[in-house]
Amino acid sequence: MARPVPAPVPGSLADVIRPRRGPKPVPRTEADIWDLLADVPDPEIPVISVTDLGIVRSVRLDGRQVRVAITPTYSGCPATSVIGIAIEAALRGAGLEPVIDTQIDPPWTTDWLTDEAREKLRAYGIAPPSAKGPKACPRCGSPDLSRVSQHGSTPCKAQWRCQSCLEPFDYFKCI
Amino acid sequence: MADAARFEFLCRMGDNTLVLGHRISEWCGHAPMLEEDIALANTALDLIGQTQMWLGYAGEVEGAGRSADDLAMLRDAWDFRNLLLVERPNDDFGHTILRQFLFDHFHLIQLRHLTESSDARVAEIAAKAVKEVAYHADRSSDTVIALGDGSAESHRRMQAALVALWPYVGELFTADHVDAAMVEAGVAPNPASLRDAYDAAVLPALAQATLKLPEDTFAHTGGKTGFRHSEHLGHMLTQMQWLQRAYPGGTW
Repeated sequence: MARPVPAPVPGSLADVIRPRRGPKPVPRTEADIWDLLADVPDPEIPVISVTDLGIVRSVRLDGRQVRVAITPTYSGCPATSVIGIAIEAALRGAGLEPVIDTQIDPPWTTDWLTDEAREKLRAYGIAPPSAKGPKACPRCGSPDLSRVSQHGSTPCKAQWRCQSCLEPFDYFKCI
Repeated sequence: MADAARFEFLCRMGDNTLVLGHRISEWCGHAPMLEEDIALANTALDLIGQTQMWLGYAGEVEGAGRSADDLAMLRDAWDFRNLLLVERPNDDFGHTILRQFLFDHFHLIQLRHLTESSDARVAEIAAKAVKEVAYHADRSSDTVIALGDGSAESHRRMQAALVALWPYVGELFTADHVDAAMVEAGVAPNPASLRDAYDAAVLPALAQATLKLPEDTFAHTGGKTGFRHSEHLGHMLTQMQWLQRAYPGGTW
């Protein structure tokens, strides 16, 4: 059984998660497996998938056995083990025998977030990473921002505030 | 013999992050404001995650079948190899953040060197950790400056913390036969060689925080060699290792 996608929050998640049409094909190639992993959500930020996040480093298919190398975002991120379990469950659900390896070199960087992922984050209310801090409030688009704290509800985020609409928001830190 | 020194070195790396990570996790739910509570918990998470990598590798080098968890939870105080600085009790928030600041800058400089290590695993772990620790050092510097150059009360507390903690800074730069073996093998830099870079990072921030260094240069030692830990480590371990002590071998 694939790990179920958490229930959408009206007006936010539903806007960005577009369910795929039709049944999934049985994975036969490594490309099929990448496709399958593209539907496994990050447990902390469910609008993006593990492939959007860039933490799946390699996929090797050998008969029914598949080796997937994942890299942690932050060393102590509690989501890492949950992500491993979710990937394993998704692959088992597709009739494969998964082996999950952890790979720390090269270290994960926010540069590996796909453009699609950045847009999904913004639509979800999280400012995507950029070199000099968030560029615009993810809610009202104002560039007038101030940092509240370098740390947020997960290791990968910081807390910022918009000086125009006065709303606090999460910023996905550059690393 | 080389592996014995490497094991010792890796325990020193992992015990620093483990003990400091546990110390700051003690603030969880108690910090003066929500943002600081979250920041300390996040820093603790990074450090515990790094501990997994350092002690995990230490266990492999030792080759006695001990895991990172075994090393963290089943050793007693005399087998720990952390610096005395990181086992100091939290005291007030200012004290905690000054301890963090004094360690973060050492940690950051040390990790930058370790990314060039001849030991590929050490270089990999350092490359992962250094990105996280850069954030730690940024934050603790900002907070030390804000509190030191803040109200009369915050300044008084920060100055008291500096007087109390400065005697533990000297140990960061002491070197022994383990360090010599690591320098010889190209694994790690001589800690003594990091002092100039440390002073260049720490002293201007302390000056900006309007804090005065104590004149006395006496340095407590004995943590990283395991020769003499302070009484505080044992008390901390009774909390940290409580579950394994009460229910030996217990697993999730």
